[in-house]
Amino acid sequence: MPLLSVTDLRTHFHTRSGVYRAVDGVSFEVERGETLGMVGESGSGKSVTCYSIMGLVPQPPGKIEGGSAVFDGVDLLRCSPAQARSVRGKRVSMIFQDPMTSLNPYLRVSEQVIEPLLIHENVSKREALGRALAMMEAVGISDAEHRIQSYPHEFSGGMRQRVMIAMALITRPELLIADEPTTALDVTVQAQILELIRRLQRELGMAVIYVTHDLGVVAGLCDRVQVMYAGRIVEKAGASALFRSPLHPYTRALQRSIPSLQPKGSELFTIPGIPPDVSKPLPGCAFAPRCGFADDACNAAVPELAEAVPGHAHACIRMRAGEISWDA
Amino acid sequence: MAENILELRDVRTYFPVHKGFLVRRQTGAVRAVDGVTFSVRQGEVLGLVGESGCGKSTLARTILRLVPATGGVVLLNGRNLGQASRAQMLACRRDLQMIFQDPYASLNPRMTVHATLAEPLLAHRICGKRDVQGRVDELMRTVGLAPRFARKYPHEFSGGQRQRIAIARALALRPRIIVADEPVSALDVSIQAQILNLLSQLCREMSLALIFIAHDLSVVRHISDRVAVMYLGKIVEIGPAEDVIDRPRHPYTRALVSAIPVPDPEVERARQRIVLAGDPPSPINPPAGCAFHPRCPYAVARCREAIPPLVAAGPSREAACIRLGELP
Repeated sequence: MPLLSVTDLRTHFHTRSGVYRAVDGVSFEVERGETLGMVGESGSGKSVTCYSIMGLVPQPPGKIEGGSAVFDGVDLLRCSPAQARSVRGKRVSMIFQDPMTSLNPYLRVSEQVIEPLLIHENVSKREALGRALAMMEAVGISDAEHRIQSYPHEFSGGMRQRVMIAMALITRPELLIADEPTTALDVTVQAQILELIRRLQRELGMAVIYVTHDLGVVAGLCDRVQVMYAGRIVEKAGASALFRSPLHPYTRALQRSIPSLQPKGSELFTIPGIPPDVSKPLPGCAFAPRCGFADDACNAAVPELAEAVPGHAHACIRMRAGEISWDA
Repeated sequence: MAENILELRDVRTYFPVHKGFLVRRQTGAVRAVDGVTFSVRQGEVLGLVGESGCGKSTLARTILRLVPATGGVVLLNGRNLGQASRAQMLACRRDLQMIFQDPYASLNPRMTVHATLAEPLLAHRICGKRDVQGRVDELMRTVGLAPRFARKYPHEFSGGQRQRIAIARALALRPRIIVADEPVSALDVSIQAQILNLLSQLCREMSLALIFIAHDLSVVRHISDRVAVMYLGKIVEIGPAEDVIDRPRHPYTRALVSAIPVPDPEVERARQRIVLAGDPPSPINPPAGCAFHPRCPYAVARCREAIPPLVAAGPSREAACIRLGELP
């Protein structure tokens, strides 16, 4: 049984200017100990998917219209608040993009790192502090004994992200949801944080959902990858398969627009147009207006995500019909 | 060989650090830019890379005289910008324009696109009121926007379109050099490629020089003819883009290059990564000698003694490391 299985998740935002279908029918599973990459451009619904699982979608304007997110037998979207609390922050933790706004500037780091322990485990403050110290050392904060008494602003961006990771991992969760944790950091610091996540994952045996827009990060970290576009998953596959032989035109286009994979000085491949407005109904494939392979059939019905080969699914009707070959 | 359009000689920009409330005294200085020398030829694209806080943006602002230089000389077409009078500076600004990182913050939300683009034309008396419309339409077409959009306000455009407007505004005065400070960092991969193509095309067609500042090395490698790598206010390596990024000589450039995630799982798994320890040091109190020595895997005692000068490191390449010849 998978650790987390999300089925047909739909999260919409009801605003004055219409209903935004941020997540519109997303299904996926996470096995114990694996790393799942979730890739997409801004507005593709990757963060909202995670927020929905964690119960962090502001309601209103957000509304979870349907679907389920079953974590080890408990549906996080329908269970009682008490049940949800026993999972969230203890067995599933989340780290965010911006470590400055996700730490409380008024509280010492020590207070914040031990908070999950005090809430979820019956431990004394003294014992909690001891474990917090060990955790701070494990995430590579030197002089932890002294630093734990500091306030968030006294840390650099990379160190703050380490504090966040320490806070998220102190309850030894089975699943860590990382929402673009290195996007705000420099590449050298990003390399440190990725290394850290990889090591802690090995040591604690936890599963990781890694949300990012950077295909490079996914390539180095993830076992499986799913690509999102306009609130849906358009392709999912093992990392190697996805990079070696992408099957959906969007994945292929995304991969082709990375400068480092193209000969220098050549005109970069671009995806024409901009992502669709998810507040307007999309009759067919959301990518069709920007897709070089689209025909009338693509606009007629929303394509289903289905496996082409075992473990590799995509949502493109023309690819399925064998009408697309990349060499053309 | 084309002539140098912009020349920097030992440019320094320090920001004083004060202490005390009633009796304020200067206790030190942030050496944001600390002795930078390089030149840009007509039609050349110079990439400027480095981590946050290394002084790339301050250098850009110093070139434009948006912040005063503490020392050194900036020559535009042989004229010293530091000594230019207000009137002379106004004339110089025609030749020297800037594009900023955040297209949401750099356009006035209360001005239509037409007003934004017409302002420099009228202020510099490039054309009379009657001809403005035609020139604005032409600018819009140059950056790939339909002229009819000129009546709209910035909030009606997407991030990529706004960056196109910012580029059009920079082009309005037909400058000879543009300084672009992280112009694609806020954009998604697919949109980023569109803007990069536009910038390269403009540089080619108008033989425009460009200083392209970014932290993404793969983007810089793609667009630049030459690359300069900055660390803590100083240039540590400069040379032809492909040489510097494919075969870096300075230990810092090596670490930076090795930290970039490669969007290919097999390559990622196979490669050796140099993970730097720690964060970049504070520019208020830089380490003695080579500023990189505390994080450098090759540092020896000598590195602490003197600040290494830029020395020749191959054809039209320079690097600032005393151990260049001894490195593996």
